Amino acid sequence: MLIKKPNDISSSEITDEVSYHSRRKFIETVAGAAAYAAVGPLVPWFQRGQGDELTSYDAITTYNNFYEFGTGKDDPARNAGSLRTRPWTLTVEGEVHKPGVLDMDDILKQYPAEERVYRLRCVEAWSMVIPWLGFPLANLLQAVEPTSKARFVEFTTLHDPTQMPGQKRNVLPWPYVEGLRLDEAMHPLTILSVGLYGKMLLNQNGAPIRLVVPWKYGFKSIKSIVRIRLVENQPATAWNSVAPREYGFYSNVNPEVNHPRWSQRKERRIGKLFKQDTLMFNGYGDQVAQLYSGMDLKRNF
Amino acid sequence: MNRAQLVRWVAKPVVFVTLLLPAVILAWDSVAGNLSVNPIEDITHRTGRWGLILLLVTLAVTPVRRITGWSVLIRFRRMVGLFAFFYLLLHFSTYVVLDQFFSLRGIADDVLNRPYITVGFASLVLLVPLAVTSTKGMVKRLGGRRWANLHRLVYVAAGGGIVHFVWLVKADYRDPTIYGIVLVLLLASRLKLPRWRSVPT
Repeated sequence: MLIKKPNDISSSEITDEVSYHSRRKFIETVAGAAAYAAVGPLVPWFQRGQGDELTSYDAITTYNNFYEFGTGKDDPARNAGSLRTRPWTLTVEGEVHKPGVLDMDDILKQYPAEERVYRLRCVEAWSMVIPWLGFPLANLLQAVEPTSKARFVEFTTLHDPTQMPGQKRNVLPWPYVEGLRLDEAMHPLTILSVGLYGKMLLNQNGAPIRLVVPWKYGFKSIKSIVRIRLVENQPATAWNSVAPREYGFYSNVNPEVNHPRWSQRKERRIGKLFKQDTLMFNGYGDQVAQLYSGMDLKRNF
Repeated sequence: MNRAQLVRWVAKPVVFVTLLLPAVILAWDSVAGNLSVNPIEDITHRTGRWGLILLLVTLAVTPVRRITGWSVLIRFRRMVGLFAFFYLLLHFSTYVVLDQFFSLRGIADDVLNRPYITVGFASLVLLVPLAVTSTKGMVKRLGGRRWANLHRLVYVAAGGGIVHFVWLVKADYRDPTIYGIVLVLLLASRLKLPRWRSVPT
């Protein structure tokens, strides 16, 4: 095969890679400096930097989507005081050999919490970095011994409008239900969280126990769980049943799948001024991509 | 001081300052750090909401005047309309500068692929000729009837604003529904009464 050489462009005219990148870098720096000069004085609380610095405790505990306490971002911090997290039990049932009702305090004793710093990407195109305290969901699932029929895990939030005033309005089908495929649930990155920043979870963050699945959009990480059921068929989940074209069952973070409301290509890290590129699987592709090998992730979004 | 002077030197400045207050409060909250931890979202929502509210207020002038007989209200309508445009321009600028940081690719992607942005953008564009032709000179140049016909575009723009609001919320439709009902009532009040009511008895 003859591969034609582009002789008509002399090598001196081609920008070498190093100066191409340094030129881009220069433009970005100048643009960034100009933007900071323009709006910087107005927004002194913005962090600089491109890394995964921890999001502030204040931000994590005041900016929440938890519709059980209202649909505004500040509603959960204001209204979640009515939730009583003790006594609390977690029912594990369905396709398991050892179903049971677990007391929250026993769970804390039985499954020591470790710290996991994860990115959290909301489907609304904002994100945080959160130092969770929790333990692998797999530890709990192994203890109850799933049967051979178990293929999915269904999670359910508490349903009690007296404690969760947002449930008095039908903005979502209550109780909130989420689900994972069993292999996703057993993945070592998937944790049940009981705290963050070294403290017990506040109610607005899903106390006393919640799911954290860092490579999926935030709404998959269901809060204030009262029941875990292992099932044979894919469970009907809350947002998916409300708007199936917008919120798929999988809802893996995927910059390539368009959403009718938000571009998923970029995200605003809370506390930073500029948007940053959203990463496939929220940057956890090395660990989780093999769960979906052979699957069309644009169809199974 | 006669009535006309009172309107010009007292009432209008008072209304002007009042309509500027939301912007002043927003500016204060931005500087003082009273916004949420996602301040850009906060600014976008607040400016958009005030734009829509004031658009509805301009549409309320005619029916309220008809019911109360306070013809003086018409003297304030242009100011309210221009303030609506001002807040919606702030809303749009917040999006272009703070949210997208002039990324033409990001903006084009949104305008083409997010229906709520398409509608919101189109509605703002519709308001531009209305703001431009709001001066006395332009009213004269266009002629009353043509000017009035042109300014009926505000009905379309307000409708577009409501659709923009409905399409952007995820699940809680309470607020856009309230605004939508207000708009429907304001538009319905403009329907000509059936002929049999206007026949003298």
